[in-house]
Amino acid sequence: MASAFEYAPAPESRSVVDIAPSYGLFIDGEFVDAADGKVFKTVSPATEEVLAEVAQAGAEDVDRAVKAARKAFEKWSALPGSERAKYLFRIARIIQERSRELAVLETLDNGKPIKETRDADLPLVAAHFFYYAGWADKLDHAGYGANPRPLGVAGQVIPWNFPLLMLAWKIAPALATGNTVVLKPAETTPLSALFFADICRQAGLPKGVVNILPGYGATGAALVEHPDVNKVAFTGSTAVGKAIARSVAGTDKKVTLELGGKGANIVFDDAPIDQAVEGIVNGIFFNQGQVCCAGSRLLVQESIQDELLDSLKRRLSTLRLGDPLDKNTDIGAINSSEQLARITSLVDEGEAEGAERWTAACEIPSAGYWFAPTLFTNVTQAHRIARDEIFGPVLSVLSFRTPDEAVAKANNSQYGLSAGIWTEKGSRILAVANKLRAGVVWANTFNKFDPTSPFGGYKESGFGREGGRHGLEGYLDV
Amino acid sequence: MSESTRLNVFKTYKLYVGGKFPRSESGRVYEVTDSKGKWLANAPLSSRKDARDAVVAARKAFGGWAGATAYNRGQILYRVAEMLEGRRDQFVREVGEAEGLSKSKAAAVVDAAIDRWVWYAGWTDKIAQVVGGANPVAGPYFNLSTPEPTGVVTIVAPQDSSFLGLVSVIAPVIATGNTAVVIASEKSPLPALSLGEVLATSDLPGGVVNILSGKASEMGPHLAAHQDVNAIDLTGATDGGLARDLEIAAADNLKRVLRPRTEDFAESPGTDRMTAFLETKTVWHPTGSLGASGSSY
Repeated sequence: MASAFEYAPAPESRSVVDIAPSYGLFIDGEFVDAADGKVFKTVSPATEEVLAEVAQAGAEDVDRAVKAARKAFEKWSALPGSERAKYLFRIARIIQERSRELAVLETLDNGKPIKETRDADLPLVAAHFFYYAGWADKLDHAGYGANPRPLGVAGQVIPWNFPLLMLAWKIAPALATGNTVVLKPAETTPLSALFFADICRQAGLPKGVVNILPGYGATGAALVEHPDVNKVAFTGSTAVGKAIARSVAGTDKKVTLELGGKGANIVFDDAPIDQAVEGIVNGIFFNQGQVCCAGSRLLVQESIQDELLDSLKRRLSTLRLGDPLDKNTDIGAINSSEQLARITSLVDEGEAEGAERWTAACEIPSAGYWFAPTLFTNVTQAHRIARDEIFGPVLSVLSFRTPDEAVAKANNSQYGLSAGIWTEKGSRILAVANKLRAGVVWANTFNKFDPTSPFGGYKESGFGREGGRHGLEGYLDV
Repeated sequence: MSESTRLNVFKTYKLYVGGKFPRSESGRVYEVTDSKGKWLANAPLSSRKDARDAVVAARKAFGGWAGATAYNRGQILYRVAEMLEGRRDQFVREVGEAEGLSKSKAAAVVDAAIDRWVWYAGWTDKIAQVVGGANPVAGPYFNLSTPEPTGVVTIVAPQDSSFLGLVSVIAPVIATGNTAVVIASEKSPLPALSLGEVLATSDLPGGVVNILSGKASEMGPHLAAHQDVNAIDLTGATDGGLARDLEIAAADNLKRVLRPRTEDFAESPGTDRMTAFLETKTVWHPTGSLGASGSSY
């Protein structure tokens, strides 16, 4: 379908952000080179342009950072909660002040549309720090008994899909409860974490309380396995989550894991179709589907399948794919060539296994990593595209006849992170929500996040919760 | 016939699996002695197959037990305390023999164990309000977090505290709607096997608690690696590197793991044995609005 409207380009200005040619590790309040001098390049996935060269932390740097965090822990944990709170409030405010700069930076480094970084990521980042700031002097009243104590040094490893938001989910509760932090951002998106280091300096945060170590998986493994780390927080793939769970066995390290998902979005025959279509699109095409809680399996009641799919395809044909900095862009770039290769190979397998592929007709830019919105019909529960997390803009459509069948199919997964329910019938929402084995259930909405609302999975989607009062537990000795 | 000349009737101690009392499918038994080494009974030496049967039974029971009302679960846990009270003398004797306690000390332990069932019976319909609640999100959404049971929990029961410790690890797991596969104290399994007889007559649905006697070192690795077990309590895995090995095996399907720790079961327990095997489910729904006035009042 030809697009209904032609849009003139409406790019957000890059001039609001000043990216230096090179960045160091942030250890004990200073930017420093890696001990072995290693660096890596971070590129813009939309253009493949090199954005900066970044120091790559090795085991020696991990040790230095953990020592700095350990040293800072004594004073930081002894501060009155009200003082720690004020540092976090400062950080929240500086993020708000610099939010446009950070949104553009995040879009450049990650490839996601500016519409999302500006309207979703950054507001949530600031809100998260603001929320946990308020907890810092109220921990006695959080339901974990009087005077709950911090754990010590938190080793945190975050993914590339929401770089700064995942940093906020990790650092805000850790600092509020009196822990100090060594955080490793993902190798493809280190820049916003390094800008955050600068925000810590602006806020006057004591040295060593936050340390940022860019690097690859080996850096993360060295951090998680460091004997002087008391707490491990990881968001990423289930395979790495399992490796971490093994590596901390027999230690006293407290662990929270936020892993993969294969969320079922269930649409009943009485659902308002237009709203459901918007929810489905948001569920799987938000952030190019690179979302652990994406609604990547559409379960549609058989009697409305044709009508819904027609409507959905019509809507998908209007999505605009292209320059992530353009304010009209709906679908940005895939984060890396590796991720693009993974999506492509799973989609190929979907076709090979006999599912029927439909892909929106849209022009793919000549440079960068792109994947057009795609959906599969004739999908069975045994297909890999119905079981494995694709982490891309690919929707697998399955049908059902009865609510029981919908629940059984939704729960037929190793994962249990998110689910969606679309129906006008209140009792059905509550009955189905009750039976779904998933940590977050969105009814007549999807992909909603809030700092007050705990988030996390059942089964192999990991354990522990981030957000809300629940999010404090993973950072307290309780 | 006077009591001194009457030959008393020994009990054949059997497993408790799926509400029934099987012997080990392996046909194996091992000798259980009292604290001074005197023979007490032959207990089943459970096998890997017994453990897998127990998981099947626990999984089958999970939907019904998790779906029962919290009030109903509370009633049943209280019923367990009632049934135990009636068998108090038997447990005082068994605990005394197992742990080498005087009659009065054993009685204190059994009383504490009975009281612990009562304590957890009262928790079933309160824990959701303590750990769940409404989340004040910044938008027009109803948002509620509630705790839900994790699923099938393997429990390596304490080795020394054969009854109070046992009760203290089982009750919190089932109070919240989980089902359990319990590996009893290897050295002192008899109070645990007798507890099965109490549970069977307490309206507890078959399969909610399954009790195996034998070696944690033999069954533990299979249960820790079992893909249909959701969590593992390693309290009694105190032998050498067993807890670590089991935690590594448990990582395969990301079981929730409660590590061993020093614990005085006579102390009043907190809520963390319950929360260790709870998930949090958060449900969102738009609230809409009731018109231009912006108020529904």
